[in-house]
Amino acid sequence: MDAALLAELRAILPRPGALLIHEEELRPYECDGLTAYRRLPGAVALPETIAQVQAILKLCHRHGIPVVARGAGTGLSGGALPLDEGVLLSLARFNRILALDPLARTARVQPGVRNLAISEAARPHGLYYAPDPSSQIACSIGGNVAENSGGVHCLKYGLTVHNVIALEVVTIEGERLSIGSAALDSAGYDLLALLHGSEGMLGVIVEVTVRLLPVPERAQVVMAAFDEVPAAGRAVGDIIAAGIVPAGLEMMDGFAIAAAEAFVHAGYPPDAAAILLCEVDGTNEEVSEHLLQVHDLLTRAGATQIRTARDAAERQLLWQGRKAAFPAVGRLSPDYYCMDGTIPRRRLPEVLAGIASLSAEYGLRVANVFHAGDGNLHPLILYDANTPGELARTEEFGARILQLCVEVGGTITGEHGVGVEKLDSMCVQFDRAELSQFHAVKHAFDTEGLLNPGKAVPTLHRCAELGAMHVHGGALPFPELDRF
Amino acid sequence: MPRDQDLGDSLATQVAEAAQTRTALRIEGAGSKGFLGHAVTGETLAVAGHRGVIAYEPVELVLTARAGTPLAEIEALLAEHRQMLAFEPPHYGADATLGGTLACNLSGPRRPYAGAARDFVLGTRIVNGRGEILRFGGEVMKNVAGYDLSRLMAGSYGTLGVLLDISLKVLPRPPAELTLAQEMDAGEALRRMNEWAARPLPLSGAFHDGACVYLRLSGAASAVAAAQRRLGGEPVADADALWHDLREHRHGFFRHDAPLWRLSVAATAALAELPGRWLLDWGGAQRWYAGPAAPEAVRRAAAQAHGHATLYRGHEGAARFHPLAAPLAVVHRRLKAALDPAGILNPGRLYPELEEPGGLGGLSRGE
Repeated sequence: MDAALLAELRAILPRPGALLIHEEELRPYECDGLTAYRRLPGAVALPETIAQVQAILKLCHRHGIPVVARGAGTGLSGGALPLDEGVLLSLARFNRILALDPLARTARVQPGVRNLAISEAARPHGLYYAPDPSSQIACSIGGNVAENSGGVHCLKYGLTVHNVIALEVVTIEGERLSIGSAALDSAGYDLLALLHGSEGMLGVIVEVTVRLLPVPERAQVVMAAFDEVPAAGRAVGDIIAAGIVPAGLEMMDGFAIAAAEAFVHAGYPPDAAAILLCEVDGTNEEVSEHLLQVHDLLTRAGATQIRTARDAAERQLLWQGRKAAFPAVGRLSPDYYCMDGTIPRRRLPEVLAGIASLSAEYGLRVANVFHAGDGNLHPLILYDANTPGELARTEEFGARILQLCVEVGGTITGEHGVGVEKLDSMCVQFDRAELSQFHAVKHAFDTEGLLNPGKAVPTLHRCAELGAMHVHGGALPFPELDRF
Repeated sequence: MPRDQDLGDSLATQVAEAAQTRTALRIEGAGSKGFLGHAVTGETLAVAGHRGVIAYEPVELVLTARAGTPLAEIEALLAEHRQMLAFEPPHYGADATLGGTLACNLSGPRRPYAGAARDFVLGTRIVNGRGEILRFGGEVMKNVAGYDLSRLMAGSYGTLGVLLDISLKVLPRPPAELTLAQEMDAGEALRRMNEWAARPLPLSGAFHDGACVYLRLSGAASAVAAAQRRLGGEPVADADALWHDLREHRHGFFRHDAPLWRLSVAATAALAELPGRWLLDWGGAQRWYAGPAAPEAVRRAAAQAHGHATLYRGHEGAARFHPLAAPLAVVHRRLKAALDPAGILNPGRLYPELEEPGGLGGLSRGE
């Protein structure tokens, strides 16, 4: 990176360790959670104040230097992948909870605060922050906003966008925007919604105000085993049709169950084709009433085994298996590739059948772990990066799964974002005019295209080169053809 | 007129032609929200005929309908399956449509406990100001592909796009409901409503009409009964009518001629000292003010309470919506240009300055 520019950055960030330029210091920033893509940034800036963030962005804007913002780096789609001639703006030092108001049920926090730390700070007041990505012990709230991250609680308590009421954002021009407020809505356009899931393309988040909810009086989990996947899928529908919205409703297939059981010994039946974990929460009375109903519905749906956690420890253990499913599968294979498509729940059996045929076609094993309540699938494709060509085959397999999700009326990403990983799949979900509209919106915030360029929204050129077929709402050309 | 029809292509053609000739369009549904926002001069783009429920899968908790579909029709269909629009939208008229509800982002008493209209939007199909039909979001709960332009439509008053189809998350209707009334003054009601909201109670509404606080409990019958024992207060006999009247502005509070303001503020903010009457809804976060105070005074009071004020009625000629901070105004202007470069969609309905060269932050037109 240009010496004069580094000198200017140094002037903004005089403290030792606030500006990293040597290769060994840059190495830890070469990728986020998607390690298949790596690149060294030109420099890493670690500001501590909003004024410094503004100064850095102004400087980069003046010189036309691209900027990639980064939180905890736990993203799984390469959204924080650096650019060699760019500045990586780390918000790791923005890690303080600035205010917590128990009566108003809000917390004002810096973007580098870990998701779980907010609930820990709120707990003494009987409150918590509902969105709980599986990585919540490590991921930071700024990144949660940038990716609109979900988690187990989404069906009942919503995504990040439903639980954030205000943001402080710095534009690439260094302008500070206050978006949202302590009120439940704001005058003008809903920029709060627009910023959520914008993957660092529209502005840099420097402060977040979240809503806190009362900790439910009681939460209880039921595990049910099934000897066929469609029966488990039907049970999910039955529970919701009965008017129960579970706080969590998760499904694992046989492969994932066996892997998780061997890893954490949660007591899952190792020979089941599928298990469901259904958590109900609320007041004591409500939970008791719902548990009886759920038990009855699961029995009628053909569950071969039903277990209700007797105490908090058993509840933790039952969840532990699900939460550890990714590393558990990781023990069975040198590498795995996690997909993140969402589908309408009723299409689950055919999508799983489609994934199984693709698995046979590509000769790669797949474990399925998913948020059954909201239709968010996480097929894990097992592969070996040391086998020549296997990564490319895995990626192609993954793209076919996402195409399948779009074909049944779903989407290519439910919570992990597009990043660099799913740029090609964006061409499947959106047409030319829609992608142009995204670019126009980006331009409204960032005229020169300096914030996280090359991520989230593909260029029209890229889609044209790919020759992608555009599919909307399952309206396929030649629908009679078998595509599995 | 046939009941259900898809006018999407024809609406898109009309917008494309208007864009060519730079003809302003006044988007009109059933007209029930016409009193909100500023008057628009332009050719009428009639959207009420674009109507009908396209898909409804009770088990998926998703409903997709054309924007001109009457809200009443949607609510009746949901009720058949013991489901509901949890944001409890005000209709403000018998023919209210889904599109108008979303364009104005209107939500009723359940809003603080369940979410706003925008929170239940999963996807939309719209016509942008170029006359292109675009689809964003989808029919699934989780979707982070592309910018969330669907929720951006909520509360944009038709200035960014013409809503064609809307997919919404719907929820089961709670099996039991009960409303309790307790006499207390507004200051105490404010404090208590916030304290209750911080406890694990099955709350689904809390308002204060000047004399009494009303709490609505919704959920499993046993949970509602247990909460009643804990909270005390007198059960209200005709509770459905009470909440309906509150939502539709038929409550006695609204039957006066004084200028009417909606203040959306921090639920815990102290009461503003303005001459007139107050009604506190949304557990204190939405406050209705009927009184003679000057618009500047009301705006100041709302800002001090960390919120904004919308003028519903009275003070002819005054701005209806709260002024935007300068840096935000710049973004608004550019966003409007990004979706509607010719400035033909409901120009002036939200912020007349958005349409004027040099207005709102001083950017030139078309930037």
